[in-house]
Amino acid sequence: MRRVTKIAASGIATAALALSVSACGSTSNEKDKATDGSSSSAGKNGVKVGVAYDVGGRGDHSFNDSAARGMDKAKAEFGGELKELTAKTTDTEADRVQRLTDLADAGYNPIVGIGYAYANSMKQVATKYPKLTFGIVDSVVDAKNVDNIVFTEEQGSYLAGVAAALKTKSHHVGFIGGVDVPLIKKFEAGFNQGVKDTDKSIKVDNQYLSHGSDTSGFASPDKGKAAAQGMLDKGADVIYSAAGSSGNGSIEAVNGKKGTWAIGVDSDQYNIASLAKYKSSILTSVVKNVDIGVYELVKSVHDGKPKVGTNTYALADGGVSLVTSGGFIDDIQVKIDAAKKKIIDGTVKVKTTP
Amino acid sequence: MKKFTARIDKERLILALAAPVLAVVAALVVTALVILATGKDPFAAFSDMLSYGSASDSQIYILNKATTYYLAGIAVAIGFRMNLFNIGVDGQYRMAAFFAAVVGGALSLPGIVQIPLMIATAMLVGAMWAGIAGILKVTRGVSEVISTIMLNAIATAVIGYLMQPGRLGQLDDAGTLVSTKPLPKSSWFFSIDTGPAGVLWGFFVIAALAGLAYWFVLGRTRFGFDLRAVGQSESAASASGVSVKKMIATSMIISGAMAGLIGMPTLLNDSHMYSNDFPLGIGFTGIAIALLGRNHPVGIALGALLWGFLERTTNHLEFMGYDKEILGVIQGVIVLCVVIAYEVVRRYGLKRQQQRVGAELAAQAARSIKKEVTA
Repeated sequence: MRRVTKIAASGIATAALALSVSACGSTSNEKDKATDGSSSSAGKNGVKVGVAYDVGGRGDHSFNDSAARGMDKAKAEFGGELKELTAKTTDTEADRVQRLTDLADAGYNPIVGIGYAYANSMKQVATKYPKLTFGIVDSVVDAKNVDNIVFTEEQGSYLAGVAAALKTKSHHVGFIGGVDVPLIKKFEAGFNQGVKDTDKSIKVDNQYLSHGSDTSGFASPDKGKAAAQGMLDKGADVIYSAAGSSGNGSIEAVNGKKGTWAIGVDSDQYNIASLAKYKSSILTSVVKNVDIGVYELVKSVHDGKPKVGTNTYALADGGVSLVTSGGFIDDIQVKIDAAKKKIIDGTVKVKTTP
Repeated sequence: MKKFTARIDKERLILALAAPVLAVVAALVVTALVILATGKDPFAAFSDMLSYGSASDSQIYILNKATTYYLAGIAVAIGFRMNLFNIGVDGQYRMAAFFAAVVGGALSLPGIVQIPLMIATAMLVGAMWAGIAGILKVTRGVSEVISTIMLNAIATAVIGYLMQPGRLGQLDDAGTLVSTKPLPKSSWFFSIDTGPAGVLWGFFVIAALAGLAYWFVLGRTRFGFDLRAVGQSESAASASGVSVKKMIATSMIISGAMAGLIGMPTLLNDSHMYSNDFPLGIGFTGIAIALLGRNHPVGIALGALLWGFLERTTNHLEFMGYDKEILGVIQGVIVLCVVIAYEVVRRYGLKRQQQRVGAELAAQAARSIKKEVTA
């Protein structure tokens, strides 16, 4: 039995190898070109946008979705074609390079990588295709044809800190971060500085839901809820969470205790349908307009003047902002505007690391 | 006599081939139905997979992926052969790759010294991390399933803690990506540039050697015999003088050392540093591949190649407008089909054997009766 299976198996293996060797010669891109010669002419009217999403992809109700909003807007306006690919958790550098290369070979322009994970792979691919325009969100790639779309998350978070400091009655506020990556630490740093600059005596609890490469903290409402509940029990009464969909759990917990406030992130969470029943507890949200960044990139390519280099979307130009939906911060708006002015004119420099 | 064995072998050969063929056919049918249900044409999808998967650059990609997956499959299979369910391969390889990257980034020795040193570090760290579960099992009777799952989470936290700017990590220019210090170019593993098809990672040589070692140690040594004996029956093994506890601890450690190699192709041939985006979850892929390959070194190789092929071609399916979730569906269906098909074929074979033995016994009885009558 054993010998026979072994012989059979090695036979199959040899056959497979022989097949590999015999098929060598034409790469997939050559094959693609052979089969569909028409695709390049189809893209003449409108822009052919290629998007490589981060893990989760379209439909994550968070970061990827805000990019998708920008893409949809661009598509509605300029027509053309939108090709969306999504990352997997088992991705290696080679997968990301291949994903971007596939898009480049198929003639998509611009090609946008959503998330810092694409930084190294984009550098390789962008150098190989100097005629195409690339875009990356949340990172900086050193290549001539890349639009680096970065945000000053710490500035928006600073204003959230000011609002929290002005609204707290217990002199105790909290910050919940999804994962302790540098990006989320910018939120933490800004928030803490905003609180302390307003009132030094206020206590701030900082907590992260997961660590390192475990990104579950961005997608676990139960963890967000437990963390927020813990902070509420210790006496915090304003809680800011920068934790993707985990933040929904935190908002739910805050809604369960009277007189406490939640601060949302990324989107204007007061106006999100699935959070409608908690909206009376959502003080404000720090909005990061990824959609504007990617939309502007597509528009610039459409207009024939591709945007490249590092484009920082800051508080000054509305790249990040503190929204007023619900009107809960109207009474302190004057002080928030004053803080905003100080950041814009450079009197206050917000730290990016806690 | 010779004729008799030839017949048996033929039947067994058919049975042995029946299982994988049955599994693949069943998986194809189910997948076709799923694609149909999404309103797309399954045959167009399959033909696209075949043509894209056989392109030269796809083959390089598949071989590179399979190198990693093969090591993962072997690491898991070592545990399986001994009835140990090492779920912790995932944490073990990440710990191992992280520390190997730290050691590699800190030193700048000649490659010929540094590469083996990094590989040794990885195997040692993997072995130690798995060893914790092994020791817990033999001294306190803690189920290795539970302890290794927990150790996975602890590994994530330990790496997260150590890989901070100022500890063992460093920030990139944009301030968003933390990684260990990149390896010096001298300690990159050799690779073969095949031109437009891409770069073939040299680490497949090590993977092949690991497979050979696995086959030799388990199939041709006293230790391997003891290990399989414990796997089949602990009481029988201990009755024949094998120290079961020692075997459990040892095989857990060997499984961990093998797991330590999993991250090495990526680290030494591709990323050259350990960062936030180091691939995650390959340990679990290894479980599926060990199941597919029936713990056999050649079977695992085929499983790993199949897995690489599926990942490569379904990536392209997404590009062609099919749903990206189709990959998960196909992989799940194949594993299920393989497990079920082998069981069905095994039972069928057993039934055939019983029937044949029954028939022979009946014939014998009939003959002896006839003899009595004639006498």
